[in-house]
Amino acid sequence: MYQADIYATKAYLKELLERSTPPQGFTWLNQKLELLGTEAAQAKDLFLAFSAAPRFIGKEQLQLTETEKALADVIRPGFNPSRWTATQTARTLLLLSLSCKDAAQYRQQIEALFNTADMGELVALYAALPLLPHPELFVKRAAEGVRTNMGDVFEAITLDNPYPADYMEEDAWNQLVLKTLFVGKPLYRIYGIEKRSNARLARMLSDYAHERWAAGRAVSPELWRPIGPFLDDTLAEDIKKLFSQPNELEKEAAALACYHSKCHTAKTLLDSHPQLKARVENGEITWSLIGNKNLQLN
Amino acid sequence: MNTHNLMLIDPHIHMTSRTTDDYERMRKAGIVAIIEPAFWLGQPRTEVGSFKDYFSSLVGWERFRESQFGIKHYCTIGLNSKEANNEALAEQVMELLPLFVCKEGVVGVGEIGYDDQTPVEDKYFRAQLDLAKEVNLPVQVHTPHRDKKAGTIKSMEVCLEHGIAPDMVIIDHNNEETVKDVLDRGFWAAFTIYPNSKMGNERMVEIVEKYGTERIIVNSSADWGVSDPLSVPKTASLMLERGIALEDVRKVCYQNALDSFGKSGQMHESDWLTPATVDQREKFSDNSILRGGQTPVVGEIAATGELESNIVR
Repeated sequence: MYQADIYATKAYLKELLERSTPPQGFTWLNQKLELLGTEAAQAKDLFLAFSAAPRFIGKEQLQLTETEKALADVIRPGFNPSRWTATQTARTLLLLSLSCKDAAQYRQQIEALFNTADMGELVALYAALPLLPHPELFVKRAAEGVRTNMGDVFEAITLDNPYPADYMEEDAWNQLVLKTLFVGKPLYRIYGIEKRSNARLARMLSDYAHERWAAGRAVSPELWRPIGPFLDDTLAEDIKKLFSQPNELEKEAAALACYHSKCHTAKTLLDSHPQLKARVENGEITWSLIGNKNLQLN
Repeated sequence: MNTHNLMLIDPHIHMTSRTTDDYERMRKAGIVAIIEPAFWLGQPRTEVGSFKDYFSSLVGWERFRESQFGIKHYCTIGLNSKEANNEALAEQVMELLPLFVCKEGVVGVGEIGYDDQTPVEDKYFRAQLDLAKEVNLPVQVHTPHRDKKAGTIKSMEVCLEHGIAPDMVIIDHNNEETVKDVLDRGFWAAFTIYPNSKMGNERMVEIVEKYGTERIIVNSSADWGVSDPLSVPKTASLMLERGIALEDVRKVCYQNALDSFGKSGQMHESDWLTPATVDQREKFSDNSILRGGQTPVVGEIAATGELESNIVR
């Protein structure tokens, strides 16, 4: 039922929030949290507090130390609030103060918030998914989040969020990865990208690369990351082409994809590029570095 | 023809009915912010869910769409007078309103008021005035097309009866016949420059010459009908051409809208004073406003303030 200890999560978020919001905002929030935790709380109390939060809390970005970032990962593996705003944190605390004993009722409340949410509220809701009780209730909702056309909302469900890797079904996960590339967002910020890679996704990504090549468009070097472990003789043809591209990052991606493959053709390909192979083995070429460099270029 | 690079606000425009071409032209003409009042869609809705999704789109997708063109999007939320006449539906819509009125960027309850001036319209106008008072938001009042003068006066009297201060109420769609009553009572008087039916902007120039700029606001109400999303810039341009001082034009085409709806606490000049940096790469290639093959605009969209003709009749 729980993904993270609610008590520990709330204490952690409150400490971060207190530094990024005016004292009267923090007092306002504590009153609301207390109210929502009581029997007397009505549905309206949650809706009003949730939507009015920015008026009291402000939108400053949280400031996390390295220790606090590490602590987030202990509270909930993959949880990373380093880009969260104060309002978003307050909204998450409101969600965490709801009674979750009755799963159906809990789901109804959360879904009602989703169904009437503005852009900022959607960001808070999707990014909070990895902390909420009854995570299995929100699998379809998460897939719906991937269908959004609002940039910030898409990032909230896709990037630095461990919920999709832990709970999404394979088809939805594959759409998530493909769409991230499609809209030019960085793959290296998808939590669990390696763990959830699969043969079908590798095929879809290869097809997408072919489509881009046919149209004379650039292909992100990150696209080859989930493909690496699933290379076969057919997919290795793509890598052969990648090695011959003028762009250095694409060559690095080709080498790294081969390095993570057990396929004989891929091993042979890598051997024929000894300099790149050496750099991979020395840890000079990693998917994070490629992703970061690619982001700088675009 | 130009607006001397004035920053402009259109405090009444129904952007869900407009295209991206409109957004581009509006930004180029100097519009930095707009307010989209909740209204009807040209035909009556029959389900409460249609209202819910409409309100959601005003605070969600439409806001995002607008941001792609460097314009800040605000809205007012309310049950319009026409659809208030379906009482069973109106009851359900009233239950939805508290979910939306406190959302970010909601700068008022609106547009509400009278259409046929029926008892049911009156009932829901009053109920929404109470809601506005409870959450301390300005009220944007739609005045009726028919029996306009009496309807306008009645709207103001009912506001006062419900204990709402005149400076929290924007009375919209005024004309030469209503303006004096509105200003004398201390309400904000908005004028809609809408071709053929409401006001033309040559008449608007005369109104400003006669009544000054105190509490007078210009808007377009551009929607799904034949209307002009550049009504505010064109009117600003015409006023300048006809010798109205720049500061006065700035008041009726920018500052008064900000001062009135700014009372919501949800609309600040700082929201748009940082130069509009637009990154259309945020857009999505499937089902988005940018389609394949178009080159995204990245960086600042420059407002030129240059227009073809500035007359709206």
